[in-house]
Amino acid sequence: MTDVMEKPAVKPELKVVGTRPVRPDGVDKVTGRAAYGADLALPGMLIGKIKRSPHAHARIVSIDVRKARALPGVKAIVTADDFPDLASQEYEAGESASNLRDLSQNVMARSKALYKGHALAAVAATSAAIAQEAVDLIEVTYEVMPHVIDVEAAMAPHAPVLHDHLYTEGLDERPKLPSNIAKRNRLERGDLDEGFAKAEVIVEGRYTTQAVHQGYIEPHACVCSMSEDGQGQVWASSQGQFMIRTYCAKILGLEIADIRVTPAEIGGGFGGKTTVYLEPVALALSRQSGAPVKMVMSREDVFEATGPTSGAVIQVKLGATRDGRITAAEVELKYQAGAFPGSPVGAGSMTALACYDLENFRITGWDVVTNSPKVAAYRAPGAPISAFGVESAMDDLARKLSMDPIALRELNGVRDGVKAAYGPTFHNIGYLESLKAAKEHPHYSAPLAPGQGRGVAVGFWFNVGGESTATVHVNEDGGAVVATGNPDIGGSRASMAMMAAEVLGLPMEKVRPIVADTASIGFSMLTGGSRTTFATGMAVTQAAEKIVVDLKRRAGLLWDLPADQIEWRDGAAVCLDPSKEGLRPMPLAAIAAQSAKTGGPIGAEVSLNAQGAGPGFGVHICDVEIDRETGNVSVVRYTAVQDVGKAIHPAYVEGQIQGGVAQGVGWALNEEYVFDGDGQMENPGFLDYRVPVASDLPMIDTVMVEVPNPRHPFGAKGVGEVPIVPPLAAVANAVRGALGVRMHDLPLSPPKVRAVIDAL
Amino acid sequence: MAHVSISSDGRGFTGGLAELEVDAPTVRGLILQLDQRYPGLGDYVQRRMAIAIDGEIHQDAYAEPLGADSEVFLIPKIGGG
Repeated sequence: MTDVMEKPAVKPELKVVGTRPVRPDGVDKVTGRAAYGADLALPGMLIGKIKRSPHAHARIVSIDVRKARALPGVKAIVTADDFPDLASQEYEAGESASNLRDLSQNVMARSKALYKGHALAAVAATSAAIAQEAVDLIEVTYEVMPHVIDVEAAMAPHAPVLHDHLYTEGLDERPKLPSNIAKRNRLERGDLDEGFAKAEVIVEGRYTTQAVHQGYIEPHACVCSMSEDGQGQVWASSQGQFMIRTYCAKILGLEIADIRVTPAEIGGGFGGKTTVYLEPVALALSRQSGAPVKMVMSREDVFEATGPTSGAVIQVKLGATRDGRITAAEVELKYQAGAFPGSPVGAGSMTALACYDLENFRITGWDVVTNSPKVAAYRAPGAPISAFGVESAMDDLARKLSMDPIALRELNGVRDGVKAAYGPTFHNIGYLESLKAAKEHPHYSAPLAPGQGRGVAVGFWFNVGGESTATVHVNEDGGAVVATGNPDIGGSRASMAMMAAEVLGLPMEKVRPIVADTASIGFSMLTGGSRTTFATGMAVTQAAEKIVVDLKRRAGLLWDLPADQIEWRDGAAVCLDPSKEGLRPMPLAAIAAQSAKTGGPIGAEVSLNAQGAGPGFGVHICDVEIDRETGNVSVVRYTAVQDVGKAIHPAYVEGQIQGGVAQGVGWALNEEYVFDGDGQMENPGFLDYRVPVASDLPMIDTVMVEVPNPRHPFGAKGVGEVPIVPPLAAVANAVRGALGVRMHDLPLSPPKVRAVIDAL
Repeated sequence: MAHVSISSDGRGFTGGLAELEVDAPTVRGLILQLDQRYPGLGDYVQRRMAIAIDGEIHQDAYAEPLGADSEVFLIPKIGGG
C-alpha cells in the first residue's frame, strides 16, 4: 500500500489511450447475456419480501408475526430484533463515514417508522406469492405521529422531531433542545458588509428544488446465502462489492472474512447504490432459513425506500460593480437529509461558489432530517442544487449589467493560483479554457428562433482518488487479464484494459478486463465520485509497468543480457546493445511462451491510495422552446463543454457528459417527489415520475477540453460528476430567456410554466 | 511552518480559531500536533475531514509531506456519486 504517489509525466505518442475501441461488455449487454442482480438463481432458493410502513412517522408499538409464520411455505421472518442494536458509531466503508446505527435502522426500523416505505420486517418463503401473503399477515400496531417533509417546515421551532437525540452540530453554542437540524456548516472569507457596500448592482433570489431520484433502470436486487458454518455469500448489483461486505458484516455483527461478495452487472447507480438496503436482510433471512434468499425491489420500493437526493431551498444574493466584478456573495442552503442526518449540503456549500474568484462571501448550509427516505449520493452530490441557485442569480446579474453571461463568468472566473471558495489554491484547471471553448462554439452564436431562449451555466466538482487494487496477468499466448475491484458503471472495463494495453504495447483487444469478487482481489473503494478511471487506472498502470520491468528482466535472461540493455517498445523487448545487432525484437508472446524458464507466471498486483485527483469544470449552453398552449418546455439544442484532463476512451467520456445532461434536464423540467398530506409519495413509478427519454432530448453536443492532470499517468481527471451540475440552471436560464420571467422553483413543469404564461 | 486553515466543521475544537501554524513533516505529524493542541481535533480530522496541501486534496494519506511554507486547508471529506 502506498500513500504518496510519484508525479509521473504525461506519456507522449499514445497508441491506445484516446482511441475508441468497441466496449468489452457491449455484446453481453445488448444480447441480454449480462447477468444483473436479479438474474442469479440457486437450488432451493427462497424469495424474500419486506413489510413496509404505510405511515410517514409512527412509533412501532408491536409487530406480531405469528399468523405469517404459520403460513405454509414461510421459512423465515426477521425484524429489528434479529439484528444487533448498534450504538452510534461512524465507520468508513462507502465513500465516506456512515453512522452504523442510522444505517442499520434504515435497513430495518427499530422503534419508529420514519418514512412511508421504511422496512419493518421481512419474510422468506418458497414463492413470491407466499412471501407477499405472509407480509400481509404481519400485524403491526402503530402510534401514528405528525410528520414533516418540507425542509423549512422541519426547521421550524415546533416541528415534529424525528430523533430525540439529535442536537444541531456546528452552532456557536450547543442547543438546549433536540431538533431536526443535524448540522450547520459555514464557509466565509473577507467582509461581506463591505463587499455589498461596494456593489453598484445587487441581485437576490430564493430558489427551490424538489427531491429527485437517481432513476437507475435496474432496481436493487441480490441473492444471499449463509451456510451452517457462518460463511455468507452475496451476489448483488451495487457500486462496490467491498462496501456491501463491510456494511453487511457490521449490521449483522459478523466478521468481514465470513462474507464474500460477488458483483453482478449493474444497471445504473449514479450514487444511489453506494449503500445497502436488501443485502443484510437477505443474509439474515438466509441465516434463519438455511436456504439462499433472493430479494428484488419493485420500482415503487425503489422510489419509496431508497435514497433520492435532497429537496432544497437556496437563497442567493450577489453584489457587483457596474463593470461586472463581483464584490460580495451570500448563499444559504437548506437541504433535506431524509430520515437520518447526512444530506449533501456540505459539498453543496463547497461547490456553490467554486467557479468564482471572490474576496467577500459567506455560505451557510443546513442539514435537516425529514420524514422521507434517507437521501443517498447522486452524481456530484449537492452541487447541482447550489449551482441552480448561484447560476440563476449569475444569469440575472448578467442581464442587469447587460453583459454577456460567459464574459461575466470569465471576468470573475477562477484560474491557476486562485484560492477556491472552499479553501485550497487551484492548479492545472481548465475552467477558462472551457469558457473560451463554449464562447467559440457555433451553438453560442447561432440565431434563436422566435419564442426560443438560451441559457448558460457552469459547474464544478472536486473529483476524488482513494484506495484501489488492480492485478494484471500475462497469458501464455501473450494476451493479458486485468482484474479490478470496481464494478463497471461508466465504462471502466474499457478504460482499464486500454491503460494496461498502452503500457504493455498490446492491442486493446488482447487485454481482457474483469471485475473480481471480494475474495479474489484486494480492497477497493466503491465506484463513485468519478474516481475509478483516475485511481484504479493508476493501479492498473503501475501493475502493467511492474510487468514491463519484469519482461525486460526475462528478455535479458533469454538473451544473456543485463536488463538495462533492454527497452520495452511496441509490445516487444528491444536490445539496446549495439554489439548484438542481429537480435530481433522479442514480442510479449515469445517471452510469455517461455515464462517457466524465466521465473514462472508473469503478473503483478498494485494496491494504492491514489492522491492528486484534478478538479473538473463544465460550461453548458441550452436552447429551449416553449409550447405556450401546454406550458411544455422542449430542449432543442444543448452543448456541454468540460475539462476532462485526458479522455482515455473519448466515446465513454462523451456518454458520461450526455448522461449527466439528460439527468439534469429531467431534474430541471419534470422530476420530483410528490407527497400527499399523509406523507405518501403520489408518483412512485416511471409513468408519473417523468424522466426524460431519448425522444425528449436533442443530440447533446459535447466538447472535451483537455488540460492534463499531471498526477495521473495519462492526465485523466474524473468526468462523471461535473456534467449534472450546470443543467438545472442552464435550462432555467434558457426558460428565463424565452419567457422573460425568472422561474425560481424546480421542476419547470408544464402547469407551472403555463401559470406564468397566463400571468403575462 | 505550514499555515493551516480550519473550515467551520473543525472550529468547535479550537474555540473558533480558524488559522494556525504547525511545524510537521507529514500529514501524520500534523494530525498528532492538532490533537495535542486541541484534544479531539486530530481524531475528528481523521474521521471527517480531508486535508488540502498546496491545492491538492488528500484523504487518509499519513505519509503525504508538508513543506515549510505549505498552505493547508482542513475541509469536510468529499465523496461523490
